[in-house]
Amino acid sequence: MATKVTSAVMRQGLRVLGVAIRTEKAVFALAVLASALYGGMTVGSAWALGWATQHVVLPTFAQGNVASGALWVGTFLILGAALLKSFGVAGRRILAGVIQYRMQARSRRDVTKQYLRLPLSWHHRHPTGQLLSNASADAEAAWAPLAPLPMAVGVIVMLFTAAIAMVFTDLTLALVGFLIFPAIAVLNLIYQRQLSPLATRAQQLRAEVSEIAHESFDGALVVKTLGREGLETDRFRRRAHELRDANIAVGRVRGLFDPLLEALPTIGVLAVLAVGAMRLSAGSIGSGDLVQVAYLFTLLAFPIRALGWVLAELPRSVVGWQRVQAVLDATGSMEYGSVVSGAATASSAPAALEVSGVSYAYGEAEVLHDVSFDVPAGRTVALVGPTGAGKSTLVQLLVRLVDPDSGRVLLDGVDLRDLAYGGIAESVALVPQQTFLFDDSVRGNIALGLETSDEDVWAALRLAQAEGFVARLADGLDTRVGERGASLSGGQRQRLALARAVVRRPRLLILDDATSSVDPQVEAKILYGLRDAAEASTVVVVAYRMATIALADEVVYLDHGRVVDRGTHEELLERCAGYRNLVTAYEREEAERAAIEVTVEGEEVGA
Amino acid sequence: MTAQSIQGNSERSALDTIRQGLALAPEFRKGLAGTLALAVVATTGKIIVPIAVQQTIDTGLKSGSPDIPYITRAVLICAVAVLLTALAAYIMNVRLYKATESSLATLRVRGFRHVHDLSVLTQNTERRGALVSRVTNDIDQISNFMQWGGLMIIVAFGQLFVATALMFVYSWQLTLLVWACFVPLMIALPRFQKLLSRAYTVVRERTGDMLAAVSESVVGAAVIRAYASERRTAERIDKAVNANRSAQVRAQTIVGFVFPLTEIVAAVAIAGIVLLGVRLGLSGDITQGELVAFLFLVTLFVSPLQTATEVLNEAQNAVAGWRRILGVLDTPPDVADPGDEGVELPRGPISVAFEDVHFSYPGGAPVLREITLEIPPRSRVAVVGETGSGKTTFAKLLTRLMDPAAGRVTVDGRDLREIRFSSLRERIVMVPQDGFLFDGTLEENIRYGKPSATTEEIELAMTELGLADWLEGLPAGLDTSVGQRGESLSAGERQLVALARAYLADPDLLLLDEATSAVDPATEVRLARALEGVTRGRTAISIAHRLSTAENADEVLVFDAGRLVQRGPHAELVKEPGVYADLHASWVSAAHS
Repeated sequence: MATKVTSAVMRQGLRVLGVAIRTEKAVFALAVLASALYGGMTVGSAWALGWATQHVVLPTFAQGNVASGALWVGTFLILGAALLKSFGVAGRRILAGVIQYRMQARSRRDVTKQYLRLPLSWHHRHPTGQLLSNASADAEAAWAPLAPLPMAVGVIVMLFTAAIAMVFTDLTLALVGFLIFPAIAVLNLIYQRQLSPLATRAQQLRAEVSEIAHESFDGALVVKTLGREGLETDRFRRRAHELRDANIAVGRVRGLFDPLLEALPTIGVLAVLAVGAMRLSAGSIGSGDLVQVAYLFTLLAFPIRALGWVLAELPRSVVGWQRVQAVLDATGSMEYGSVVSGAATASSAPAALEVSGVSYAYGEAEVLHDVSFDVPAGRTVALVGPTGAGKSTLVQLLVRLVDPDSGRVLLDGVDLRDLAYGGIAESVALVPQQTFLFDDSVRGNIALGLETSDEDVWAALRLAQAEGFVARLADGLDTRVGERGASLSGGQRQRLALARAVVRRPRLLILDDATSSVDPQVEAKILYGLRDAAEASTVVVVAYRMATIALADEVVYLDHGRVVDRGTHEELLERCAGYRNLVTAYEREEAERAAIEVTVEGEEVGA
Repeated sequence: MTAQSIQGNSERSALDTIRQGLALAPEFRKGLAGTLALAVVATTGKIIVPIAVQQTIDTGLKSGSPDIPYITRAVLICAVAVLLTALAAYIMNVRLYKATESSLATLRVRGFRHVHDLSVLTQNTERRGALVSRVTNDIDQISNFMQWGGLMIIVAFGQLFVATALMFVYSWQLTLLVWACFVPLMIALPRFQKLLSRAYTVVRERTGDMLAAVSESVVGAAVIRAYASERRTAERIDKAVNANRSAQVRAQTIVGFVFPLTEIVAAVAIAGIVLLGVRLGLSGDITQGELVAFLFLVTLFVSPLQTATEVLNEAQNAVAGWRRILGVLDTPPDVADPGDEGVELPRGPISVAFEDVHFSYPGGAPVLREITLEIPPRSRVAVVGETGSGKTTFAKLLTRLMDPAAGRVTVDGRDLREIRFSSLRERIVMVPQDGFLFDGTLEENIRYGKPSATTEEIELAMTELGLADWLEGLPAGLDTSVGQRGESLSAGERQLVALARAYLADPDLLLLDEATSAVDPATEVRLARALEGVTRGRTAISIAHRLSTAENADEVLVFDAGRLVQRGPHAELVKEPGVYADLHASWVSAAHS
């Protein structure tokens, strides 16, 4: 990670800022205008003060009477400058916020649109945590320098105005300023360069400490049942102490540079007084000029640091921007055909599915080799195979979450790739192995945008054996579920996912081990219910359990990414050793035990 | 379902919170007086410029032509003073950082350890995120405050104090004038802070909504595509992102309006000083140098008041964070380790007894009622029952993840509550259904069961469990990395590792809570056999989800609606009508239909 403000980072950082400026031209122009007003009026207020000193304060003491005309002019100048400056400050702050937050929101919308557009295979290649942080932390970091940017522009205006004012007042005094202000800027640059790697490290450690706490608390059951709390605390302590040391290291740098950055302008004012006194004795300036320049130094000391803040944010910004841009530049998308599917042509007949010569690889590793089988309309087919046989990958191909490397998947004789967008979802419903619920109500999660009545939703819940627990939820169908909603068990979540599929009356229903977290008794009820209701559906079901397999008209047995055999359950039992071995494991075990017991009993009897 | 609630959120007053918080942080109090003394020295640096200006004007420039030697001397003295105060500020800063970071690190580790001692961690998974915040964000918030806001408060008070003191020396009338200008602002600031705090609360909520919505596009990628709900999801995300943006802009607008108020007030004060000052000058109450110095002194009021709303806001957050941590630390562990006073369990097969045990969650319906049973050493027991019958509660009471509400659980005749945790956890090990793994290699995860185990021991354990073949099939064997929470492995594989981990711990009582439910049938059968071999001579209790486990047990415990309704060997139970016979029938039909 780039942490130093190198010239390359600077260039890139400025380019990022350029993008924001181009995108928010009008707001940025206004913000700069406000900022310039602020900058100009900061110098203006010092000038007003100098004017009041020169024309009101000093004459009063010298002459012994108040020049009331000058007094009111001075008051007006001081108040007027402050008022204008305040407008500038308010405008600058608010408009800077508008640009920053708009750009953040824009990046977030663009990145998530891209997430929704890119194919699932792209998602498979990128860790979830990384994608989430691209849309949140990186989008924020990319535009962080926009907050102090208008102020920095204002400061440049301020310095420019101040330089002119000083040059006009007195060249020698101006030279003191030309010495001090660049010195502040350089010191600030050194400060940021020293600080930024240390701050990055502290930030990194903060994330690591949080990770350990998350993992350790998530694994609490393991930690506790093995009595490893002490071990975990040691692990946490080590990292917490590293974080402490990193924070103290940051503190040392801050602790050194902050007082130095305050002392430098103070030294500047003192230098102005010394040099000014000499210029005064030479008759080159008046006392009011001296006060004005000294006051200017006091006012400029703080804002000049804004330049440093922008620079400090640039490295983080560049990294954030590059990560966001990498997502936006990602290519690849699912192309859709133009064939409108059966449902759109008012057909609600069960769909026919054909898988023809399909192969699929994750990177180098091919997980499906030349898989072919068909599911005639209205039939129920079970996909059976040991763990790692490729069943879930095959399921993804059936609903076109991914496209095969070779071969075709045909729905009612049409290649899935030729169907128009949304065509597959209209006819096919998948209940995946991993249940996902949206941060939405029960109704919203089941309808997912489908126009449907509450009666239909309840009917689907009934079929999924979810009616009972949903009715008991505090707000019924309106209960918020998902990540931040009511807590549901794995089985309950699976049943909602099932209801989501059946409410659509799909012409093809695909269940990927979708009842694994449900009690066997409840599962049986669901499956019988489905069989009765699924007259209008073709069903593909991935399963281990005998009860599930028993519902199927036919079984396709998959092993090592190939179709080993297909036929009825009885046929496969007879002729396919792998299948027999897998599905009768429990029975055989029972039988063997029974045999042993018989033998043992027999022996006992015999003895 | 909350086993216990975390105490203390709003009852405690801010002062009490800070007092108690400091009591828990000895590193912070040590040397605090010295740090404050340095802070006083450091803030006096702020009035050097006004003094120098006043001296230059009143003494150096009095006699028409400037008194150069005097001015030079004054400037040099002031410059030395500036450097000295800067040095004091540096030492103060470093001391402050060291003190706060050390004390907060201690508090962090204490909080972490304490959370692990609370049963809420294993009972209520939704609260985990909040508990993580206690030892991360909450502490960070306090740390941020102490090093920025807290420092600002010290500096602000010091600055206002020394400025006012010097003002009084010059002119009490003008001092009153300045304060008269700033006091209304000071009174108004807490109101602004409330406004701002409310705006920031909205921002935090909207940010939470936004993050939740954004995560759907990633975590729900498959479902969104399968149901063609991209557009609907995009609309939801846009709404959440835009709501977040509006809340941020609103908060920023409040800051934008409040921030410059101080400038205006300062200008009014300066104008007032000029108006009143010249008249005081005429009556000889003030010199011209003092008057000009006043103009400089007013600037010292600006930065403390400008940042006051944000400092107050941070202070509020820090106190809230502190309150939450104290809330955790004040919650007594409901399942407490007797520690050194506890007894040690001798090695050897374990017997278990439940004596009229009841359990219910606070305010909830009873989960277990009148459980009385004995499990002799070396027996193989299966626990069966429908979801919600109390099986898992039984397991948690037996492993002392919770204590019974009434009655007692004993092992080898000893009440579980008397047994030292270190001994209890060594002798009794449970394998939970969810095979949680730590991010690391397989070997590291298995070794978690016995930190001193050699690689050979681990390999041997895998062989004994019949898992050597599976291990060989993995790309990197024991060095295979399992990913976060073990997610690079399948659910079934995670269970295998969890089982190996528990087996390596070599307990005398092994409790399996549906520990192989996600493994494919062929593997599960193999594993069951291996387990039978390796648990011979130990007490083994399995919460069973299938027939054969129950059939092979010496005894079956049947739970129904929180009661132990039947017990005995399978062969007997299956013959009598009752819960077990029904359960058995449904298993058989599920397996053979």
